[in-house]
Amino acid sequence: MMVSRQVLTRTSRIRASRARLQNRIAAAVIWGGAIFVAALFAWLMADILWHGWREISLAYFTQEPESAGRLGGISSILVSTGLILIVCLVSALPIGLGTAIFLAEYTGPEDTVSRKIRLSLNVLAGTPSIVFGLFGNAFFCKMLGMGFSILSGGLTLACMVLPYFIRIAEESIRSVPQSYRMGAVALGLSKSTQIMRLILPVAVPGILGAIILSVGRSLSETAALIFTSGYVDRMPESLYDSGRSLSVHIYDLSMNVAGGDQRAYSAALVLIVSLILINFITGLIGRAWSRRMISIS
Amino acid sequence: MDITRNSLHLPKDAPPVTIPCCIKTTNLSLFYGKKAAFRDISLNLDRNSVTVIMGPSGCGKSSFLSALNRLSDFIPCCEVEGSIHLDGESLLEGSIDRTVLHKRVGMIFQKPNPFPMSIRKNITFPLREHGITSKRELEARLVQVLVDVGLWDEVKDRLDTSALTLSGGQQQRLCIARALALEPEILLMDEPCSALDPISSGKVEELILKLQARYTLVVVTHNLSQARRIATHAALFWVKDDCGCLVECGPADQVFGSPREELTAAYVKGMKG
Ligand SMILES: Nc1ncnc2c1ncn2[C@@H]1O[C@H](COP(=O)(O)OP(=O)(O)OP(=O)(O)O)[C@@H](O)[C@H]1O
Ligand SMILES: [Mg+2]
Repeated sequence: MMVSRQVLTRTSRIRASRARLQNRIAAAVIWGGAIFVAALFAWLMADILWHGWREISLAYFTQEPESAGRLGGISSILVSTGLILIVCLVSALPIGLGTAIFLAEYTGPEDTVSRKIRLSLNVLAGTPSIVFGLFGNAFFCKMLGMGFSILSGGLTLACMVLPYFIRIAEESIRSVPQSYRMGAVALGLSKSTQIMRLILPVAVPGILGAIILSVGRSLSETAALIFTSGYVDRMPESLYDSGRSLSVHIYDLSMNVAGGDQRAYSAALVLIVSLILINFITGLIGRAWSRRMISIS
Repeated sequence: MDITRNSLHLPKDAPPVTIPCCIKTTNLSLFYGKKAAFRDISLNLDRNSVTVIMGPSGCGKSSFLSALNRLSDFIPCCEVEGSIHLDGESLLEGSIDRTVLHKRVGMIFQKPNPFPMSIRKNITFPLREHGITSKRELEARLVQVLVDVGLWDEVKDRLDTSALTLSGGQQQRLCIARALALEPEILLMDEPCSALDPISSGKVEELILKLQARYTLVVVTHNLSQARRIATHAALFWVKDDCGCLVECGPADQVFGSPREELTAAYVKGMKG
């Protein structure tokens, strides 16, 4: 009896120490990964801040670029970027939301229709953006005769972000509890009422997430825009004018303009700060919305 | 008791029918894909009765309720066979007006499912959808049903806070109030107390007894003593050959007091299931 107990305790002690070792290794790997990612981001931010902040002043935001961006500011570029973004969202949102509602509410996850649509969306999502650029150039600029314009650029971006937008929006609509739908049916509420009054309001935070992702991808896109909205850096007068987006501006300054590196960093700083701000603000809206749902409405 | 009602079948201007009310199912079967959830259930539900449905888990009680108000149509691959008559009108043949059906046959789910809106809107929003827009009428019904379910004193000062802030028992009573606001004739309740503590559950039970005077109730429950307290009629479902079936049904006194089947006798003594 004594002996066997000793043996038992010894093996269990070995087992315990091995478990401790495994825990330590797992913790080290997980923490190491997290710290690596955080450090990478910090380094990137520091680099951009360090090189970029000197050029930034009020004038930088109010003046148009001069001498290919070496001098002056980025006012016209901010306006073009904003317009391209608006065109993109205004066209992508209704189509995307409509498709997401169709997929989530009118087809099951395994239906042939929804499987086919989802497959096409996955292929589209994996298509390199330069291909969207070429398509946009052929379709919007040439075939529809929109030329190099903010309109062409925005619509091309819309095509590009749609697959992501639809997937996330569909997911968030599907994740609305089935009990709401059943409850609504049992009360004799129509499908459209269910969608408009119950399902979409509950899915709003998820849909906001889809919008953030689309905005982020649009703001950071260059390849799809070079051949569609072009790189004219004047202040655009209408949607039919060509306009240079911030990311194209960064690309141009660092690749084609001698001595433009400093200015490229400044533009990159503006881009990143606006991305962070948009994320932050949308997050606030989403959280306020959820809180309203749970507490006072 | 004779009552005139709007017809379920289109067109809407058909003359109202006058028939002593009941739901009558004949050889009703329900399938999920190829698998039958229950088969050949024939059951009559009388007006102003409380019919308690008992039986082991998986014998098709919830499925039976979902067939009664055709909620089963919204479950993928779900097929119903046989016939259901509501006041002599067939529910399974021809096109029916769902809005009328769901207004007449209300349903309370096992898990409370208040909508994520204020307590007030939970009740007024479905009413508005059914065409009641007068503020006075809405307010009157709101107060009436909240009083009926005994929730008025608890929530009268917070009608505009979200229904999700209520406790589980309060949420369930709100769901009952929401269904009552539509003035149904028949209320299907799927284990309405299973997620509730004994006190809330007792309140819901009292409520059921009170509602019996005005409504026809079908209550699924696993709680035998509760079943004895509330039932005027009882039905026992069972699983045979991997498929639900009806073992026995009848007035509560008979089913609990002198059951015809041995299985029922064992079940109501609490020895089986
Ligand atoms: N949506 C569904 N799809 C496929 N099968 C289902 C579905 N819902 C229920 N079933 C099956 O049908 C049978 C009856 O289920 P049902 O939910 O009606 O039982 P129940 O008597 O309500 O059980 P419980 O007392 O546990 O609620 C079960 O075998 C179940 O697995
Ligand atoms: Mg059930």
